[in-house]
Amino acid sequence: MGVAGDARARVTAGTNIEAGPSRHVIARTLLPYVLIAPAVVVIAGVLGYPLAMLLWLSTQHYGLRELFQHQGEFVGLANFATILGDSEFRHVVLISVVFTVVNVGVSMLIATGIALLLERLSRPVRILLSSGLVLVWATPVIPAINLWQWMFDYEFGVVNWLLTHLGAGNYIHHNWFENPLQGFTVITVIVVWGAIPFLALMLYAGLTQVPRELVEAAEIDGARPWQVFAMVTVPILRPLFLILFSLSTIWDFQVFNQVWVLLNQRPSKDYFLISVYSFQESFRVSKFGLGAAAAVVMVAILLVVTFVYVRQTVRLTTEEAV
Amino acid sequence: MRRRTVSRTFYDALGLLIFAVMLFPIYWMVSTALKPGKEILSLTPVWFPSHVTFDNFRTAINVPFFWNDVANSLIVVLTVVGISIVLAFFAAVSVARFGFRGRTAFIVMIIAVQMVPLNALVIPVYLLLNQVGQVDSLPGVIAYYLAIVLPFMVWTLRGFVANVPVDLEEAAMVDGATRVGAFLRIVFPLVAPGLVATAIYGFIQAWNEYIIAYVLLSSNSKQTLTIWLASFTTQHGTDWGGLMAGATLTALPVVVFFLIVQRHVAGGLTAGAVKG
Repeated sequence: MGVAGDARARVTAGTNIEAGPSRHVIARTLLPYVLIAPAVVVIAGVLGYPLAMLLWLSTQHYGLRELFQHQGEFVGLANFATILGDSEFRHVVLISVVFTVVNVGVSMLIATGIALLLERLSRPVRILLSSGLVLVWATPVIPAINLWQWMFDYEFGVVNWLLTHLGAGNYIHHNWFENPLQGFTVITVIVVWGAIPFLALMLYAGLTQVPRELVEAAEIDGARPWQVFAMVTVPILRPLFLILFSLSTIWDFQVFNQVWVLLNQRPSKDYFLISVYSFQESFRVSKFGLGAAAAVVMVAILLVVTFVYVRQTVRLTTEEAV
Repeated sequence: MRRRTVSRTFYDALGLLIFAVMLFPIYWMVSTALKPGKEILSLTPVWFPSHVTFDNFRTAINVPFFWNDVANSLIVVLTVVGISIVLAFFAAVSVARFGFRGRTAFIVMIIAVQMVPLNALVIPVYLLLNQVGQVDSLPGVIAYYLAIVLPFMVWTLRGFVANVPVDLEEAAMVDGATRVGAFLRIVFPLVAPGLVATAIYGFIQAWNEYIIAYVLLSSNSKQTLTIWLASFTTQHGTDWGGLMAGATLTALPVVVFFLIVQRHVAGGLTAGAVKG
């Protein structure tokens, strides 16, 4: 807020300068802080404080007894030593990473395919498909899990009937959750189905921004369609791809509801993703310290991806010149 | 030219197929909810209900605590939206209209905080509320939801406020309006659609939330609708007709609202990556 700004403020304020200029300057400097203060207080108090407490909790022995006494016992990094030394937990982390890679990969692949297809559709079909995608996007996650639970029901599920009658084998009375690999396939179907609309529509919006001349120039130079995609489209959409990849990774790495609700709140150990493990340790076995340590590991891994996302977003929005 | 028409037809057919696959689950949920019990529990799927019945919906709303939980959901969501829209608007104006020290830090916090996993935070939140005896009470959930919806709302509103040219405000002040007056009469009406869209988005987020409500609200009379849906599954199995009716009822307000605001709000998460 330099002299020029002050002068302009005075000019624009016209006849309304009741206070002296110095008070005006102070008010103008303080005003933005006053405006963000309530939001900062709420976010810091309700998110920041628990986040700090999560860190502190991960260094405590905090079980049922401590829950009633409201007082943990400091054990340093013992909780981390316990879970990281536990082969079961290392397995959980491995499963979570594989699950995330598969889900992000499949979602992005299908979404990119649909986005490219949307570009090539006739107008009525394009409008139909994109409105359909919006409808799927709008469906809240818990009802969505319930409906997939019904579709994959072992006795009356429509999926078993369809697979059997399409000749994929005998799926009559097939229980999808006996074998964790098949169970995770169902979970992947739910996650991917829910993720596709957002990703596909964002990518389609991005595709429409790719300058036609560049594509045509490449085609005149003899580039094949996939070459145009790899050499022209992808480089232009790189920032968007980066953001969608990091968002998907963040979302898929913390998948919890799909496992918890789908398996009627009693998932077996085979279905423990890192979020489910942390929840189970805390609220089922009442080892809050260990659960917190597992959650800290999850947040730490996510932090790396979040960093990429935030940097990209801030960079893009400041270029946009707010 | 001929080849072009052929490939266009092929693409259209593929598009229709994808449409059918993506939409089938939703059709199946709604049609199951409208079917008589015999046609739901049938080894050969009944693709179209022979006659539409509302029995499942009647069962669903007669499940104990349904109206109670509808009321809880509404109380929580409306309180959260009412408070957060005001706080978010102030913060958005600050970020969009003023350059100040710490502005970038604030923006980074707003974006980063949306990525914090709720299922990690629910552990300390439960213990904190347990210490002050606020577990199983709506105010605890409300406070928590506030912090969840705020960052996205600030971020989205920032875009709406930034889109109103500063010149308009200044022109009004040249014509003798005060700063506050110019803001209320010029900027506010232009931002109003954005406020509505953002408020609806907050509504959807709070309405859909599961894990916080699941952990914090343990007694039946205090739960929200997403938790209530579990009551269709007992040791004896699941009442699929009732569950699909309940799921349809829970999803309906969100779907309606989402269709209204989708165009305005969707861009927030990828702000700047798509210029449109």
